[in-house]
Amino acid sequence: MLFKIEPRAEPSRQMAIAAPLIATAMTLVVSTIFFVSLGLNPFVTLYTFFVQPLTTMNGVSEWLLKASPLILIACGLSIGFRANVWNIGAEGQLIMGAILATGVGLFSPWQESALLLPLMVVAGMAGGAAWAAIPAFLRARMNTNEILVTLMLSYVAALILSYLVHGPWRDPAGFNFPQTALLPYSGTFEVFDYSYRLNTSIFFTVVAVFLTWLFTNRSFMGYKMAVGGVAPAAARFAGFKSSVSVWLGLLVSGAAAGLAGMMEVAGPLGQLSSQISPGYGFAAIIVAFIGRLNAFGIVLGGLLLSLLYLGGETVQLNMGLPSSVALIFQGLLLFFLLASNFLVNFRIRRLVTRTH
Amino acid sequence: MNPRLELRGISKSYPGVLANDEISLTVQPGEIHAILGENGAGKSTLMKIIYGATHADAGEILCDGVAVPEHGPAVSRELGIEMVYQHFALFESLTVAENVSLSMPGNMDLKALAARIRDVSEKYGLPIDPDRRVLSLSVGERQRVEIVRCLLRNPKLLILDEPTSVLTPQAVHKLFETLRTLAQEGCSILYISHKLDEVRALCHSATVLRGGRVTGVADPRKSTSAELARMMVGNDLPEVILTKTELSHAPMLSVNNLSMASESVVGTSLKSVSLEVHGGEIVGLAGVSGNGQSELAAAISGERITNAAEDILLEGRPIGHLDAGRRRDLGLGFVPEERLGRGAVPPHELSENALLTAHRQGMVKRGMVNRKRARAFARDVIDKYSVKANGPDAKAHGLSGGNLQKYIMGREIEMAPRVLLVSQPTWGVDVGASAYIRQTLIDLSRSGAAVIVISEELEELFEICDRLYVFCHGALSHSLDRNATNVEEIGLLMSGTGGAAQTAVPSADEVRHVV
Repeated sequence: MLFKIEPRAEPSRQMAIAAPLIATAMTLVVSTIFFVSLGLNPFVTLYTFFVQPLTTMNGVSEWLLKASPLILIACGLSIGFRANVWNIGAEGQLIMGAILATGVGLFSPWQESALLLPLMVVAGMAGGAAWAAIPAFLRARMNTNEILVTLMLSYVAALILSYLVHGPWRDPAGFNFPQTALLPYSGTFEVFDYSYRLNTSIFFTVVAVFLTWLFTNRSFMGYKMAVGGVAPAAARFAGFKSSVSVWLGLLVSGAAAGLAGMMEVAGPLGQLSSQISPGYGFAAIIVAFIGRLNAFGIVLGGLLLSLLYLGGETVQLNMGLPSSVALIFQGLLLFFLLASNFLVNFRIRRLVTRTH
Repeated sequence: MNPRLELRGISKSYPGVLANDEISLTVQPGEIHAILGENGAGKSTLMKIIYGATHADAGEILCDGVAVPEHGPAVSRELGIEMVYQHFALFESLTVAENVSLSMPGNMDLKALAARIRDVSEKYGLPIDPDRRVLSLSVGERQRVEIVRCLLRNPKLLILDEPTSVLTPQAVHKLFETLRTLAQEGCSILYISHKLDEVRALCHSATVLRGGRVTGVADPRKSTSAELARMMVGNDLPEVILTKTELSHAPMLSVNNLSMASESVVGTSLKSVSLEVHGGEIVGLAGVSGNGQSELAAAISGERITNAAEDILLEGRPIGHLDAGRRRDLGLGFVPEERLGRGAVPPHELSENALLTAHRQGMVKRGMVNRKRARAFARDVIDKYSVKANGPDAKAHGLSGGNLQKYIMGREIEMAPRVLLVSQPTWGVDVGASAYIRQTLIDLSRSGAAVIVISEELEELFEICDRLYVFCHGALSHSLDRNATNVEEIGLLMSGTGGAAQTAVPSADEVRHVV
């Protein structure tokens, strides 16, 4: 028996809206079976996973705090992804942004100045963009595969970070822990309430979502990049340069990731250490696709993935479930979401076998 | 004697379309029977039903008087029905004999098979070397392989789907001789085509389809093309009017001695190609596909940059170094042969597709798209060029080939190009829309623009062009005046046997000035 995957002529709008709901329902059904087979009460488990984390103010604060970098990075990535520019090294760009921002925060002469934080924002974006400029140059000039280069540069960035916090930037008063000194007060974001970690950096994410929407849905450059992604031959026909898409896609996503890194060190972390991101740069790829590369979809995707992180921690703490159970659950939901998204635009048809 | 094939009331519907409606026809042994119809008339569906690749909703198929139950292609071949598809199914890296052996039952002795291939190909005048790799064969030779593959199984009924679209006029003659020999031996032939003169030259009888129905049965040897066309289209064909014209003094576009290596292994390199087009004329580029047409189109349009800026001059200005967008700014329009994915972005709406090239018409302000302008432009094109589409919001891939072509053509012409290059303007477009598109091209040229048409259909080129060049192996022939040449001469030039190709320096007599 043979099957063929073919695009649907007119993807249904109702199904596009229903797809995430169907995926959620499927996840609930399959995970219920899964939880029951483990001898767990599925209702309690699901409640602990999805609802309990959001019942406290601190939970909500943590939820938004984790969603913010995911959404910011995914917004940047979506711009490149729409043009078939596959930056999967946002993690490395995040690290380089964090390093550069911390460097400015710790070692520039304006330690007390109100300009320190804006300077660090610029440094973070520049660091991420500069790190992404390497694969952009290689792809645009030598047609190197940006997927490989961006990924490999992530590991390079992680090693640079490790070198700095173990070596030259290590806090002399830090009992030999691999971390820098704390950033000065003027180099950190204001929190909304001293009981919680959520801080003003979330406004950058709000602005980024709006700008992403404006760029992809209203600007001519966004249109050109979309054409290059959907129909490269049409872009060549129209005379849209693919190198512009490559540069823009990588620099924008690099800058967004760098800013996210800066927001981490100038926010909840307050300093640079050898572990500054729980994999935001990679998770943002999933967020971008859950959101179908659409700015508002990405907001929902980021909130969902952040909730999955929190829920996973909650079931570990409250119910003593192993972390792998949380991972399986996350995997199920992502699998159903991506599969139903795919089936909105494509269908699988059985082929009548034709023997020659 | 029972007829070889009889169809009784075959009907087949797809969601929203009645592809075949109560079709009945009879083919006698040894008869060459034409199935005539425009694109979308239901020819292909009917052939698939006969061959068993799809099943009819209603109706009966009788082969030699015996009813054929619901069947698949394997049963068809047992019954002696063979089909040569328009698109070949050959493995390029295998030899001819290996390819043929794949379609023969059981394990094959390749040497014996090669000998049989030689026998059959000699007998029917289809010279083919069984040991050659398909990669090195021309399109015409590949078609021979497909036909020989069918003939090896001694078919009683051979179905040919638009077999001449890839052949030179001379190769068509040869094919017809083969088919006549086959028919004389008693093999019936179903010949699917929309080319009236071919059907009149070859076939004994014809069934004409329109909108899934039989609209006429005729003896093509006794009918005129006009009669057959009326049955096909439903009304008289609009006549294309070619008026007199005044040529511009200097050429609007000239290609000077352009040589360009092909981008891929299967492509064709251009060898010192030169041509000149004046304002007010239509120049046709003939040739069997794959002889450099797509390479030249890409070089002129700017999708590929040429080695030297002076290789291509637009109104005297070197443009070889400019990209497609810059060339369009200077007044060079281009309509490519691939409409979906090149001339238009398939999943985008027509208004978004207007932006693709017509964004120059004030649709972009400070980097932002003026969607109202784009929609208005798309609506104008839809109305003015009678594009059948559900407004500017219709998705490009939802339009039929002909309507999308009208839209793309309209979009390019509305930008008032000084030079318009059109590749395969009516490829896969129905007869009515084709006539409209041709007239549009003539009108554009008569308004002073220079028009270049690349086409594989000689009939079309003779209908609308003032001058012709012929492609062969990446080189272009000298310029031919339409009134001073004929199909035979062009056919010889297409196969590379008629006269010398262009010398490096174009001869002076190529440049005509009419003041």
